[in-house]
Amino acid sequence: MKFRIAEAARAARRLSTHAAAAALLVATGATSVVAQDGTPVTIGYAVSKSGPNAGGSDMTVTPNYELWVKEVNDAGGLTLPDGSRRPIEVIAYDDRSSAEEVVRAVERLATQDKVDFILPPWGTGFNLAVAPLMAKFGYPHLAGAAVTDKAPDFVKRWDTSFWFMGGSKDYVEAFTDILVQQREAGAINDKIAMISVADGFGIDLVKAARPAFEAAGFDISYDETFPPETSDFATILGEASNAGADTFVAFSYPPHTFALTKQAKVAAFNPPVFYLGVGAGFPIYPGIAGGSVEGVMSLGGIDPQNELNAAYRAKHEEIVGRAPDYWGSVLVYASLQMLGQAIERVGLDKAAVAEELSGGTFSTVLGEQTRLEDNQLRAINWVGQWQDGAFVAVSPDGGNGTAAVKLPKPDWQ
Amino acid sequence: MTMKPSIAFPVAAAVLAVLAAAPLFIPDYWTGVLLGMTGYVTLATAWALFSGPTRYVSLATVAFFGVGAYVVAVLNEALPYPLVLLSAAGIGMILALAVGLSTLRLAGVYFVIFTFGLAELVRQTVSWWEVNITYTMGRYVFLPFEGRHIYWQLLALAAVTLLISWAIGRSRLGLALKAIGDDEVVAAHAGIDVTRVKLLLFVISATLITLVGAIQAPRWTYIEPSIVFNPTVSFMTLIMALLGGPMRLWGPALGAIPLFLLFEWLSVSFPDHFSIILGLLFILIVFVMPQGVLAKIDDIRKGGRA
Repeated sequence: MKFRIAEAARAARRLSTHAAAAALLVATGATSVVAQDGTPVTIGYAVSKSGPNAGGSDMTVTPNYELWVKEVNDAGGLTLPDGSRRPIEVIAYDDRSSAEEVVRAVERLATQDKVDFILPPWGTGFNLAVAPLMAKFGYPHLAGAAVTDKAPDFVKRWDTSFWFMGGSKDYVEAFTDILVQQREAGAINDKIAMISVADGFGIDLVKAARPAFEAAGFDISYDETFPPETSDFATILGEASNAGADTFVAFSYPPHTFALTKQAKVAAFNPPVFYLGVGAGFPIYPGIAGGSVEGVMSLGGIDPQNELNAAYRAKHEEIVGRAPDYWGSVLVYASLQMLGQAIERVGLDKAAVAEELSGGTFSTVLGEQTRLEDNQLRAINWVGQWQDGAFVAVSPDGGNGTAAVKLPKPDWQ
Repeated sequence: MTMKPSIAFPVAAAVLAVLAAAPLFIPDYWTGVLLGMTGYVTLATAWALFSGPTRYVSLATVAFFGVGAYVVAVLNEALPYPLVLLSAAGIGMILALAVGLSTLRLAGVYFVIFTFGLAELVRQTVSWWEVNITYTMGRYVFLPFEGRHIYWQLLALAAVTLLISWAIGRSRLGLALKAIGDDEVVAAHAGIDVTRVKLLLFVISATLITLVGAIQAPRWTYIEPSIVFNPTVSFMTLIMALLGGPMRLWGPALGAIPLFLLFEWLSVSFPDHFSIILGLLFILIVFVMPQGVLAKIDDIRKGGRA
């Protein structure tokens, strides 16, 4: 009880500090707008602040939007071609994880608020829902958090759309390359146990994985799909470990990724290759796994030698209050840097910005020479692995910003 | 409502014409608002067709709505569009028949629980089918429709729905329904084939709801179960019909329009508090005007006279 009262008091104090901070913000905001030259550049977005998509938005998309806007405004605003600086004004809506809402919010941003630029929502489905409107109103569409194999078709259909996260095939094929190398080195056998969540992400990846693994000469000795509500994986893990496979692959969402890790640990299920889906690249993952994450593989990964990326991660932690994930966050942030630099070169004309994004070279957290190929970012880290406390990008032999994969995975601790 | 048909019909036709012409003069955003509003007017009116007079509260709206959207997603490249809509209506009808035959003997809270379960059952079945049979999760709808094209279709459907509701209200069927709503046992004794009447109404209502989903699907480009089987649709429909008064022809529409505009205003002005305000509204409507706004107004009028 005492504890509760103390907590309530703390909450009340927090609330009042927030209110004070907000008042301060309003006051300083009002003066700083006057201090900067020019009217603000309006940037609008609709993200899922509530509903089932809120978790994903809040991990990968929203913090990066807020971080980027704050950084730009702290530096005096967006730079325009004539060297003048204009602050960013944000209009943010909640799409409530509803497709109809996100469509209407984008219509509202485009035709009512008449914003200068629109940033996309989270998720493949919602990015596709708004894509026709973004194209119709001529806004560059920087689809940051959307994994799709159809990006090459979409850039033809909507020529102002840009895709930053690759497709299932890319992720699976890069992983298959590693498996082939390991098999040839005699580190693993040719059997794979694979499970996947029965939802958009899992199905898309497993559909790409089946032919890719088989074409590489692997035998998928266990292939199960589980419903998204699953929380007990004891049976599945038992069957997978009986399948005689040295490689365990789970195309899972965060709750499953966390549960699989804990239960594999309890069951002492420790195959040489242990690959999980979304969540294994979250900064909280080592905490959930009790610190014993060495060797666990997943999608994404970062280059620990890349100082730009390290600086970005430090800044994210400082301003947002927590570290970004090791997969999509940096791609979303890079897409915003590209937008800012495109505006600096060609101004606020939407068509000119889209053209610059398509053909220009940019200096981003991903590297000094970031450019799109056919409106898609292809220089993505496809496979990551926990090595010495960081989730690093890996490839069969390392190099080109990736580390060499370290297999077999050591025992759970 | 008390207008004679000879006056009411020309007035309704004039309003319809104005509404149909509106997208030519207003910005796209407002067409989008009209579109969403017309969708909910149709949903609420169709919902009240069955649930109003029988007092069987159904939470299955999104089951049919989602099926409609999914049929379009599956067939939009295989068939011409009018046939796709016909197929959607047909599949909605068959589903409603199957569901109705097996469940309309349930009453009260059991029916509510069942219909809520039905929405989840349909969603899981579609997911299972896509995962295990077709290996595709997420389908694309590339139809060359803009907001206003979808709006015109919905407007036509709304007019048809209101017309059906009006016709049923004047027919023997409507009378039978009112009797069932008052007392099912008495109605059965008076010679009404209770189950048949309920089934008929359930099927008509569900088919209209299926068509709303089918018509709206092209607006989202990408369809997957979590998008089209969003339970919020069921709750919104219910609260709108309850607010307006589900026993009257114009009740659901008069609930849907202000609520939709209110929601729109809330999402613009209070994007972070929407869910809390929605919950409070639910409670308020149920406590303050359980019979709906129109009945409340009548009450106040009568109270004033007495």
